[in-house]
Amino acid sequence: MASGKEIRNKIKSVESTQKITKAMEMVAASKMRKAQDRMRAARPYSEKIRRVASNLSHALTDYSHPFLEEREEISGVGLIVVTSDKGLCGGLNTNVLRLALSRMKEWDAQGINLKATAIGNKGLGFMTRAGADIISNITGIGDEPRLEKLIGPIKLQIDAYMNEDIDVLYIAYTRFINTMKQEPVIEQLLPLSGDLVGGGTHRWDYIYEPATKTVIDDLLLRYVEVVLFQAVAENIASEQSARMVAMKSASDNAKNVIGELRLAYNKARQAAITTELTEIVSGAAAV
Amino acid sequence: MPLRVHVDVVSAEEQIFSGEAEFAVFPGEMGELGIYPRHAPLLTRVRPGAVRLKLPDRDEFEMLYVSGGILEVQPTLITLLADTAIRAKDLDEAKAIKAAQQARDVAKNQATAANYASVEAELVQTITAARLHTIKKSRKPH
Repeated sequence: MASGKEIRNKIKSVESTQKITKAMEMVAASKMRKAQDRMRAARPYSEKIRRVASNLSHALTDYSHPFLEEREEISGVGLIVVTSDKGLCGGLNTNVLRLALSRMKEWDAQGINLKATAIGNKGLGFMTRAGADIISNITGIGDEPRLEKLIGPIKLQIDAYMNEDIDVLYIAYTRFINTMKQEPVIEQLLPLSGDLVGGGTHRWDYIYEPATKTVIDDLLLRYVEVVLFQAVAENIASEQSARMVAMKSASDNAKNVIGELRLAYNKARQAAITTELTEIVSGAAAV
Repeated sequence: MPLRVHVDVVSAEEQIFSGEAEFAVFPGEMGELGIYPRHAPLLTRVRPGAVRLKLPDRDEFEMLYVSGGILEVQPTLITLLADTAIRAKDLDEAKAIKAAQQARDVAKNQATAANYASVEAELVQTITAARLHTIKKSRKPH
């Protein structure tokens, strides 16, 4: 049996671990609130741009943008995987990567080429190890996502789409449902799915300045970017809440471990006292 | 009372302005655009510059600065989708080239290319470890 001192040291070390996990839990909780606010802040823009794009697709007659056209034959796909930069957030990254992997295997079996973009360190490491063709990556997004950082990497995917290197573009990320629940999803980013065309009932006939094509190109590009931005913002909110939950359970675990160790320590101490007493008594009897 | 039009200025990162205005000036790509309520539907790009809004009951103009974007005008509603970054074709291009370079660097640094199977094994391992942990936890009475 371990001596009292050993157990005491162990208790001390578990206690300091508990302090760390407790601190991380609180940090994650406050970051989560901010991340949720940012996620909501992005919403008016995406709602507005969705409405404008929807109005546009109704008014649209003479110009059809490649983003809105479904291609019949699919020979290549693009996949954007959004993960966190840091670990210690439970199964968040594992779950989304597993989902991505199952799709990647399907595409592989069908002989479809994959061009990947990794957002976040965890996804990047995974994609390199999987041997995927990574055409762009972003790491170090931090807690405050900036659209500016996403422009370059997403442009490479959009260029690939325009050159017909890829025919569909997907995005995999963790959707934020609530603090306790986050869900990994894969969504189609390009071509823009049907729900955009639905919606508004009235027909607008816009005046376009300077020309129909340039305005529509710009608008749809921004639309794609903002969908991605929203996904990144949701992923950050998911990351923080997953971390908060993970750290909470780590703190609880530490508490249990400390309880057990205390018990062992008391037992050891009691055993030592009993032994000593027995020794004294038997020593006295021998005299 | 003069007519009013609802103006929304939003960027991907925040809502910048939302409210009624009597008159609005935007730095359109083809020149300054002064817009009164009941303007014909218009869709245009906006250059980086100042947006001036004449708010009801206020003499001076409300000033906002945007780094470009897209302006949608409807008779009763003006929406400015503001950019958060200065956008230009060559700037976007430069960003893309930089991103591609980064990706190549990463590819160069990768030591060994594994495959789907081994990566999956890794994932499964992580998940099993996590599950085992949970099971262990639930069995321990406290």
